[in-house]
Amino acid sequence: MTRQAKAVALISGGLDSLLAARVVMEQGVHVEGINFYTGFCIEGHTHAIRKKDRQRPKRNNALWSAEQLGIRLHIVDIIEEYQDVVINPKHGYGSNLNPCLDCKVFMVNKAREWIDANGFDFIITGEVIGQRPMSQRKDTLPVIARDSGAGERLVRPLCARNLPATLPEKEGWLDRERLYGFNGRSRKPQMALAKAFGFEDYAQPAGGCCFLTDKQYSLKLADLWRTRGRREYDLDDIMLLKVGRHLRPRAHFKIIVGREEGENRFLEGYRKRFISMIPTSHTGPLVLIDGEVGPGDIELAARLTARFSQGRDAALVTVEVRQTDGMTQSLDVIPVPSEEIPGDWYV
Amino acid sequence: MAAVIVDARNLLCPMPVIRTQDAVVKLQPGDSIKVLCTDPGVLHDIPAWCRVHGHEISNIEEHEHEITITVRVGQSG
Ligand code: SF4
Repeated sequence: MTRQAKAVALISGGLDSLLAARVVMEQGVHVEGINFYTGFCIEGHTHAIRKKDRQRPKRNNALWSAEQLGIRLHIVDIIEEYQDVVINPKHGYGSNLNPCLDCKVFMVNKAREWIDANGFDFIITGEVIGQRPMSQRKDTLPVIARDSGAGERLVRPLCARNLPATLPEKEGWLDRERLYGFNGRSRKPQMALAKAFGFEDYAQPAGGCCFLTDKQYSLKLADLWRTRGRREYDLDDIMLLKVGRHLRPRAHFKIIVGREEGENRFLEGYRKRFISMIPTSHTGPLVLIDGEVGPGDIELAARLTARFSQGRDAALVTVEVRQTDGMTQSLDVIPVPSEEIPGDWYV
Repeated sequence: MAAVIVDARNLLCPMPVIRTQDAVVKLQPGDSIKVLCTDPGVLHDIPAWCRVHGHEISNIEEHEHEITITVRVGQSG
Protein backbone atom coordinates (compact mmCIF):
# COMPACT_ATOMS: atom_id res chain seq x y z
CA MET A 1 0.00 0.00 0.00
CA THR A 2 1.31 3.45 -0.87
CA ARG A 3 1.84 5.94 1.94
CA GLN A 4 -0.75 8.62 2.59
CA ALA A 5 0.16 11.73 0.60
CA LYS A 6 0.05 15.12 2.34
CA ALA A 7 -1.10 18.37 0.82
CA VAL A 8 -1.49 21.94 1.94
CA ALA A 9 -4.50 23.85 0.63
CA LEU A 10 -4.53 27.62 0.23
CA ILE A 11 -7.66 28.62 2.11
CA SER A 12 -8.97 32.10 1.37
CA GLY A 13 -12.33 31.73 3.08
CA GLY A 14 -14.21 31.62 -0.23
CA LEU A 15 -16.12 28.71 -1.70
CA ASP A 16 -13.59 27.63 -4.32
CA SER A 17 -10.73 26.97 -1.93
CA LEU A 18 -13.11 25.13 0.40
CA LEU A 19 -14.26 22.85 -2.43
CA ALA A 20 -10.77 22.29 -3.80
CA ALA A 21 -9.51 21.07 -0.43
CA ARG A 22 -12.53 18.86 0.01
CA VAL A 23 -12.18 17.24 -3.43
CA VAL A 24 -8.64 16.20 -2.55
CA MET A 25 -9.60 14.98 0.93
CA GLU A 26 -12.19 12.75 -0.73
CA GLN A 27 -9.30 10.86 -2.29
CA GLY A 28 -7.72 10.00 1.04
CA VAL A 29 -5.00 12.67 1.07
CA HIS A 30 -4.07 14.28 4.40
CA VAL A 31 -4.84 17.98 3.96
CA GLU A 32 -3.97 20.99 6.11
CA GLY A 33 -4.88 24.58 5.30
CA ILE A 34 -2.75 27.67 4.99
CA ASN A 35 -4.02 31.22 4.93
CA PHE A 36 -1.86 34.25 4.23
CA TYR A 37 -2.55 37.55 5.92
CA THR A 38 -1.36 40.42 3.73
CA GLY A 39 -2.89 43.24 5.79
CA PHE A 40 -5.37 43.95 2.97
CA CYS A 41 -7.50 40.83 3.45
CA ILE A 42 -11.23 41.43 3.69
CA GLU A 43 -11.28 38.59 6.20
CA GLY A 44 -9.23 40.66 8.57
CA HIS A 45 -9.87 44.07 9.92
CA THR A 46 -13.37 44.75 8.76
CA HIS A 47 -14.86 43.57 12.03
CA ALA A 48 -13.64 45.58 14.76
CA ILE A 49 -13.80 49.21 14.04
CA ARG A 50 -17.31 50.47 13.60
CA LYS A 51 -19.50 50.27 16.65
CA LYS A 52 -22.31 48.48 14.86
CA ASP A 53 -19.82 45.86 13.67
CA ARG A 54 -18.42 45.44 17.16
CA GLN A 55 -21.86 44.38 18.29
CA ARG A 56 -22.02 41.54 15.82
CA PRO A 57 -18.50 40.49 14.98
CA LYS A 58 -18.10 38.60 11.74
CA ARG A 59 -16.61 35.17 11.60
CA ASN A 60 -13.27 34.59 9.94
CA ASN A 61 -14.21 32.63 6.85
CA ALA A 62 -10.84 30.92 6.49
CA LEU A 63 -11.21 29.48 9.98
CA TRP A 64 -14.82 28.65 9.23
CA SER A 65 -13.71 26.74 6.10
CA ALA A 66 -11.14 24.80 8.11
CA GLU A 67 -13.79 23.85 10.63
CA GLN A 68 -16.14 22.67 7.91
CA LEU A 69 -13.34 20.56 6.50
CA GLY A 70 -12.12 19.37 9.88
CA ILE A 71 -8.53 20.37 9.08
CA ARG A 72 -5.87 22.46 10.78
CA LEU A 73 -5.34 25.97 9.47
CA HIS A 74 -2.03 27.79 9.63
CA ILE A 75 -2.42 31.55 9.38
CA VAL A 76 0.75 33.20 8.21
CA ASP A 77 1.61 36.87 8.59
CA ILE A 78 3.19 38.00 5.30
CA ILE A 79 2.58 41.73 5.77
CA GLU A 80 6.24 42.77 5.46
CA GLU A 81 7.26 40.63 2.52
CA TYR A 82 4.03 41.33 0.67
CA GLN A 83 4.89 45.03 0.34
CA ASP A 84 7.15 44.32 -2.59
CA VAL A 85 4.29 42.52 -4.36
CA VAL A 86 2.01 45.53 -4.00
CA ILE A 87 4.65 48.13 -4.76
CA ASN A 88 6.50 46.47 -7.66
CA PRO A 89 4.28 43.86 -9.32
CA LYS A 90 6.15 42.34 -12.23
CA HIS A 91 2.90 41.59 -14.03
CA GLY A 92 1.21 44.87 -13.16
CA TYR A 93 -2.13 45.65 -11.58
CA GLY A 94 -5.70 44.61 -12.29
CA SER A 95 -8.45 47.22 -12.55
CA ASN A 96 -7.40 48.81 -9.25
CA LEU A 97 -4.20 48.39 -7.23
CA ASN A 98 -4.68 44.62 -7.07
CA PRO A 99 -1.55 42.79 -8.25
CA CYS A 100 -3.43 39.49 -8.52
CA LEU A 101 -1.01 37.54 -10.67
CA ASP A 102 2.07 38.45 -8.63
CA CYS A 103 0.05 37.89 -5.47
CA LYS A 104 -0.83 34.34 -6.52
CA VAL A 105 2.77 33.59 -7.50
CA PHE A 106 3.94 34.92 -4.15
CA MET A 107 1.44 32.90 -2.12
CA VAL A 108 2.02 29.66 -3.98
CA ASN A 109 5.76 30.20 -3.58
CA LYS A 110 5.25 30.67 0.18
CA ALA A 111 3.18 27.49 0.26
CA ARG A 112 5.95 25.70 -1.62
CA GLU A 113 8.47 26.79 1.03
CA TRP A 114 6.02 25.58 3.66
CA ILE A 115 5.59 22.10 2.15
CA ASP A 116 9.35 21.76 1.77
CA ALA A 117 9.86 22.70 5.42
CA ASN A 118 7.06 20.46 6.69
CA GLY A 119 7.48 17.37 4.54
CA PHE A 120 4.26 17.75 2.55
CA ASP A 121 3.91 16.58 -1.04
CA PHE A 122 1.83 19.10 -2.94
CA ILE A 123 -0.22 22.31 -2.95
CA ILE A 124 -3.92 22.78 -3.64
CA THR A 125 -5.59 25.98 -4.84
CA GLY A 126 -9.19 26.72 -5.75
CA GLU A 127 -8.33 28.40 -9.04
CA VAL A 128 -10.65 27.89 -12.01
CA ILE A 129 -9.70 28.75 -15.58
CA GLY A 130 -11.50 31.86 -16.75
CA GLN A 131 -12.97 32.67 -13.35
CA ARG A 132 -11.06 35.91 -12.82
CA PRO A 133 -9.79 38.24 -15.50
CA MET A 134 -6.17 38.55 -14.40
CA SER A 135 -4.88 35.63 -12.42
CA GLN A 136 -7.13 32.78 -13.49
CA ARG A 137 -6.73 32.60 -17.24
CA LYS A 138 -5.58 29.70 -19.35
CA ASP A 139 -2.32 31.54 -20.08
CA THR A 140 -1.68 32.74 -16.51
CA LEU A 141 -2.23 29.51 -14.57
CA PRO A 142 1.02 28.02 -15.96
CA VAL A 143 2.84 31.28 -15.04
CA ILE A 144 1.82 30.80 -11.41
CA ALA A 145 3.00 27.19 -11.39
CA ARG A 146 6.31 28.13 -13.03
CA ASP A 147 7.21 31.40 -11.27
CA SER A 148 6.30 30.07 -7.82
CA GLY A 149 8.64 27.13 -8.30
CA ALA A 150 5.78 24.75 -7.44
CA GLY A 151 5.57 23.38 -10.99
CA GLU A 152 3.92 19.97 -11.07
CA ARG A 153 3.31 20.05 -7.34
CA LEU A 154 0.53 22.59 -7.76
CA VAL A 155 -2.93 21.05 -8.22
CA ARG A 156 -6.13 22.90 -9.08
CA PRO A 157 -8.73 20.22 -8.38
CA LEU A 158 -11.65 22.28 -9.72
CA CYS A 159 -10.20 22.63 -13.23
CA ALA A 160 -7.46 19.97 -13.26
CA ARG A 161 -9.01 18.09 -16.14
CA ASN A 162 -8.43 21.06 -18.41
CA LEU A 163 -4.77 21.20 -17.46
CA PRO A 164 -1.79 18.86 -17.96
CA ALA A 165 -1.43 16.05 -15.41
CA THR A 166 0.37 17.05 -12.21
CA LEU A 167 2.75 15.08 -10.03
CA PRO A 168 0.07 13.76 -7.63
CA GLU A 169 -1.85 12.38 -10.59
CA LYS A 170 1.28 10.77 -12.03
CA GLU A 171 2.20 9.31 -8.64
CA GLY A 172 -1.29 7.88 -8.24
CA TRP A 173 -2.10 9.96 -5.15
CA LEU A 174 -4.96 11.55 -7.06
CA ASP A 175 -7.28 9.98 -9.61
CA ARG A 176 -7.71 12.49 -12.42
CA GLU A 177 -11.18 11.11 -13.17
CA ARG A 178 -12.34 12.29 -9.76
CA LEU A 179 -11.06 15.84 -10.27
CA TYR A 180 -13.10 18.48 -12.12
CA GLY A 181 -13.01 20.41 -15.37
CA PHE A 182 -14.72 23.68 -14.44
CA ASN A 183 -14.15 26.53 -16.82
CA GLY A 184 -15.37 30.11 -17.11
CA ARG A 185 -17.11 32.63 -14.94
CA SER A 186 -20.22 30.64 -14.07
CA ARG A 187 -20.58 29.84 -10.37
CA LYS A 188 -23.18 27.13 -10.96
CA PRO A 189 -20.80 24.13 -10.96
CA GLN A 190 -19.29 25.27 -7.66
CA MET A 191 -22.71 25.78 -6.13
CA ALA A 192 -23.80 22.32 -7.23
CA LEU A 193 -20.65 20.76 -5.80
CA ALA A 194 -21.12 22.67 -2.51
CA LYS A 195 -24.60 21.22 -2.35
CA ALA A 196 -23.33 17.72 -3.02
CA PHE A 197 -20.85 18.07 -0.16
CA GLY A 198 -23.49 19.57 2.10
CA PHE A 199 -21.79 22.97 2.50
CA GLU A 200 -24.19 25.75 3.35
CA ASP A 201 -23.80 29.34 4.41
CA TYR A 202 -20.42 29.74 2.68
CA ALA A 203 -18.93 33.13 1.83
CA GLN A 204 -19.32 34.51 -1.68
CA PRO A 205 -17.04 37.51 -2.01
CA ALA A 206 -18.03 39.61 -5.02
CA GLY A 207 -14.86 41.31 -6.24
CA GLY A 208 -11.82 39.60 -4.85
CA CYS A 209 -10.29 38.56 -1.60
CA CYS A 210 -8.75 41.88 -0.63
CA PHE A 211 -9.24 45.62 -0.37
CA LEU A 212 -6.86 46.25 -3.25
CA THR A 213 -9.72 45.37 -5.61
CA ASP A 214 -11.77 48.20 -4.11
CA LYS A 215 -11.71 51.42 -6.12
CA GLN A 216 -12.04 53.86 -3.21
CA TYR A 217 -9.43 52.03 -1.20
CA SER A 218 -6.99 52.00 -4.11
CA LEU A 219 -7.49 55.73 -4.68
CA LYS A 220 -6.57 56.39 -1.04
CA LEU A 221 -3.48 54.23 -1.29
CA ALA A 222 -2.43 55.95 -4.53
CA ASP A 223 -2.94 59.32 -2.82
CA LEU A 224 -0.72 58.22 0.06
CA TRP A 225 2.07 57.21 -2.30
CA ARG A 226 1.79 60.31 -4.46
CA THR A 227 1.86 62.76 -1.59
CA ARG A 228 4.67 61.04 0.26
CA GLY A 229 6.67 60.91 -2.94
CA ARG A 230 7.44 57.26 -2.22
CA ARG A 231 5.59 54.05 -2.88
CA GLU A 232 5.67 52.54 0.57
CA TYR A 233 3.33 51.70 3.44
CA ASP A 234 3.21 49.98 6.77
CA LEU A 235 0.43 48.12 8.54
CA ASP A 236 -0.80 51.26 10.34
CA ASP A 237 -1.11 53.09 7.02
CA ILE A 238 -3.23 50.40 5.43
CA MET A 239 -5.45 50.06 8.50
CA LEU A 240 -6.03 53.79 8.63
CA LEU A 241 -7.08 53.84 4.98
CA LYS A 242 -10.10 51.80 6.10
CA VAL A 243 -11.15 54.18 8.84
CA GLY A 244 -12.86 57.55 8.84
CA ARG A 245 -13.21 60.33 6.31
CA HIS A 246 -9.95 61.32 4.68
CA LEU A 247 -9.59 64.95 3.57
CA ARG A 248 -6.49 66.42 2.00
CA PRO A 249 -6.73 70.22 2.23
CA ARG A 250 -3.07 70.69 1.28
CA ALA A 251 -0.68 68.47 -0.65
CA HIS A 252 1.55 68.02 2.40
CA PHE A 253 -1.06 66.84 4.89
CA LYS A 254 -4.38 65.09 5.24
CA ILE A 255 -6.77 64.65 8.13
CA ILE A 256 -8.55 61.47 9.16
CA VAL A 257 -11.88 62.18 10.81
CA GLY A 258 -13.57 59.49 12.94
CA ARG A 259 -17.17 58.99 11.78
CA GLU A 260 -18.54 57.41 14.91
CA GLU A 261 -17.63 56.19 18.37
CA GLY A 262 -15.98 52.95 17.31
CA GLU A 263 -13.77 54.72 14.78
CA ASN A 264 -12.88 57.43 17.32
CA ARG A 265 -11.79 54.75 19.75
CA PHE A 266 -9.73 53.04 17.09
CA LEU A 267 -8.05 56.32 16.11
CA GLU A 268 -7.22 56.94 19.80
CA GLY A 269 -4.62 54.21 19.48
CA TYR A 270 -2.67 56.37 16.99
CA ARG A 271 -2.32 59.55 19.07
CA LYS A 272 1.34 58.85 19.78
CA ARG A 273 2.11 58.66 16.09
CA PHE A 274 0.05 61.56 14.73
CA ILE A 275 -0.91 65.04 15.95
CA SER A 276 -4.55 64.70 16.96
CA MET A 277 -7.50 66.97 17.66
CA ILE A 278 -10.75 66.73 19.50
CA PRO A 279 -13.42 69.39 20.08
CA THR A 280 -13.89 70.14 23.79
CA SER A 281 -16.69 72.72 23.72
CA HIS A 282 -18.93 70.44 21.66
CA THR A 283 -19.24 66.74 20.98
CA GLY A 284 -17.17 65.80 17.98
CA PRO A 285 -14.80 63.43 16.27
CA LEU A 286 -11.25 62.49 16.98
CA VAL A 287 -9.11 63.73 14.10
CA LEU A 288 -5.57 62.67 13.16
CA ILE A 289 -3.21 64.77 11.05
CA ASP A 290 -1.00 62.84 8.67
CA GLY A 291 1.86 64.94 7.29
CA GLU A 292 4.27 67.70 8.28
CA VAL A 293 2.25 70.72 9.39
CA GLY A 294 2.88 74.35 10.33
CA PRO A 295 0.73 76.61 12.56
CA GLY A 296 -1.52 77.70 9.67
CA ASP A 297 -2.18 74.06 8.80
CA ILE A 298 -3.01 73.25 12.42
CA GLU A 299 -5.55 76.03 12.46
CA LEU A 300 -7.13 74.85 9.25
CA ALA A 301 -7.28 71.29 10.58
CA ALA A 302 -8.87 72.56 13.81
CA ARG A 303 -11.47 74.51 11.82
CA LEU A 304 -12.26 71.35 9.85
CA THR A 305 -12.48 69.36 13.08
CA ALA A 306 -14.98 71.97 14.31
CA ARG A 307 -16.91 71.56 11.07
CA PHE A 308 -17.42 67.85 11.78
CA SER A 309 -18.51 68.49 15.40
CA GLN A 310 -21.90 69.28 16.87
CA GLY A 311 -20.71 72.89 16.93
CA ARG A 312 -20.61 73.16 13.15
CA ASP A 313 -23.06 76.10 13.25
CA ALA A 314 -21.60 77.74 16.37
CA ALA A 315 -19.61 80.99 16.18
CA LEU A 316 -16.60 79.39 17.86
CA VAL A 317 -15.58 75.87 18.78
CA THR A 318 -12.78 74.98 21.20
CA VAL A 319 -10.52 72.28 19.84
CA GLU A 320 -7.80 70.56 21.84
CA VAL A 321 -4.68 69.86 19.80
CA ARG A 322 -2.42 67.15 21.09
CA GLN A 323 1.17 66.66 19.93
CA THR A 324 2.61 63.17 19.68
CA ASP A 325 4.50 63.70 22.96
CA GLY A 326 1.22 64.38 24.78
CA MET A 327 1.56 68.21 24.98
CA THR A 328 -1.80 69.85 24.44
CA GLN A 329 -3.05 73.30 23.48
CA SER A 330 -6.55 74.69 23.04
CA LEU A 331 -7.64 76.68 20.03
CA ASP A 332 -10.89 78.61 19.60
CA VAL A 333 -11.75 78.41 15.94
CA ILE A 334 -14.54 79.23 13.51
CA PRO A 335 -15.88 76.07 11.86
CA VAL A 336 -15.24 75.95 8.10
CA PRO A 337 -18.60 76.38 6.33
CA SER A 338 -19.37 73.24 4.35
CA GLU A 339 -19.56 75.19 1.07
CA GLU A 340 -15.93 76.15 1.57
CA ILE A 341 -14.77 72.55 1.54
CA PRO A 342 -14.01 71.67 -2.09
CA GLY A 343 -15.15 68.23 -3.14
CA ASP A 344 -11.65 67.28 -4.21
CA TRP A 345 -10.40 67.55 -0.63
CA TYR A 346 -12.14 64.26 0.01
CA VAL A 347 -9.69 61.50 -0.81
CA MET B 1 3.34 27.52 36.06
CA ALA B 2 2.50 31.14 35.34
CA ALA B 3 0.61 31.59 32.10
CA VAL B 4 2.42 33.09 29.14
CA ILE B 5 0.89 36.45 28.26
CA VAL B 6 0.39 37.66 24.70
CA ASP B 7 -0.48 41.32 24.33
CA ALA B 8 -2.66 41.66 21.24
CA ARG B 9 -4.41 44.84 22.31
CA ASN B 10 -5.17 47.31 19.52
CA LEU B 11 -4.51 44.61 16.95
CA LEU B 12 -7.29 43.63 14.59
CA CYS B 13 -8.16 40.08 13.62
CA PRO B 14 -6.55 37.94 12.47
CA MET B 15 -3.40 39.39 14.10
CA PRO B 16 -4.40 38.29 17.64
CA VAL B 17 -4.95 34.77 16.28
CA ILE B 18 -1.55 34.81 14.57
CA ARG B 19 0.14 36.04 17.78
CA THR B 20 -1.61 33.28 19.74
CA GLN B 21 -0.59 30.67 17.19
CA ASP B 22 3.04 31.82 17.21
CA ALA B 23 3.16 31.69 21.01
CA VAL B 24 1.46 28.28 21.26
CA VAL B 25 4.02 26.68 18.93
CA LYS B 26 6.66 27.21 21.61
CA LEU B 27 4.60 25.62 24.41
CA GLN B 28 3.92 22.10 25.63
CA PRO B 29 0.54 20.34 25.92
CA GLY B 30 -1.12 21.41 29.17
CA ASP B 31 0.54 24.87 29.24
CA SER B 32 -1.66 27.94 29.37
CA ILE B 33 -1.53 31.23 27.59
CA LYS B 34 -3.45 34.43 28.26
CA VAL B 35 -4.22 36.63 25.28
CA LEU B 36 -5.12 40.27 25.91
CA CYS B 37 -7.24 41.73 23.12
CA THR B 38 -9.46 44.65 22.19
CA ASP B 39 -10.96 43.41 18.90
CA PRO B 40 -14.24 41.62 19.67
CA GLY B 41 -13.63 39.50 16.56
CA VAL B 42 -11.41 37.38 18.80
CA LEU B 43 -14.50 36.06 20.58
CA HIS B 44 -15.20 34.16 17.35
CA ASP B 45 -11.76 33.68 15.94
CA ILE B 46 -9.66 32.44 18.86
CA PRO B 47 -12.19 29.75 19.87
CA ALA B 48 -12.52 28.71 16.20
CA TRP B 49 -8.75 28.51 15.86
CA CYS B 50 -8.57 26.45 19.09
CA ARG B 51 -11.23 24.06 17.81
CA VAL B 52 -9.38 23.34 14.56
CA HIS B 53 -6.10 22.78 16.42
CA GLY B 54 -7.43 20.85 19.39
CA HIS B 55 -6.70 23.48 22.07
CA GLU B 56 -9.09 24.43 24.81
CA ILE B 57 -10.45 27.79 25.93
CA SER B 58 -10.34 27.74 29.72
CA ASN B 59 -11.58 31.24 30.37
CA ILE B 60 -12.89 34.40 28.71
CA GLU B 61 -13.13 37.66 30.64
CA GLU B 62 -14.45 40.94 29.33
CA HIS B 63 -13.86 44.28 31.03
CA GLU B 64 -15.01 47.44 29.29
CA HIS B 65 -13.31 47.15 25.93
CA GLU B 66 -10.71 44.59 26.93
CA ILE B 67 -11.02 40.87 26.43
CA THR B 68 -8.73 38.30 28.04
CA ILE B 69 -8.84 34.77 26.67
CA THR B 70 -7.02 31.90 28.36
CA VAL B 71 -6.05 28.99 26.13
CA ARG B 72 -4.86 25.59 27.32
CA VAL B 73 -2.59 23.97 24.80
CA GLY B 74 -3.85 20.62 23.53
CA GLN B 75 -1.98 17.49 22.49
CA SER B 76 -1.30 18.53 18.92
CA GLY B 77 0.70 21.54 20.17
S1 SF4 C 1 -7.74 40.03 -4.82
FE1 SF4 C 1 -6.00 40.62 -3.50
S2 SF4 C 1 -5.52 38.77 -2.30
FE2 SF4 C 1 -6.81 38.13 -4.03
S3 SF4 C 1 -5.35 37.51 -5.64
FE3 SF4 C 1 -5.87 39.68 -6.00
S4 SF4 C 1 -4.30 40.84 -4.92
FE4 SF4 C 1 -4.22 38.74 -4.11
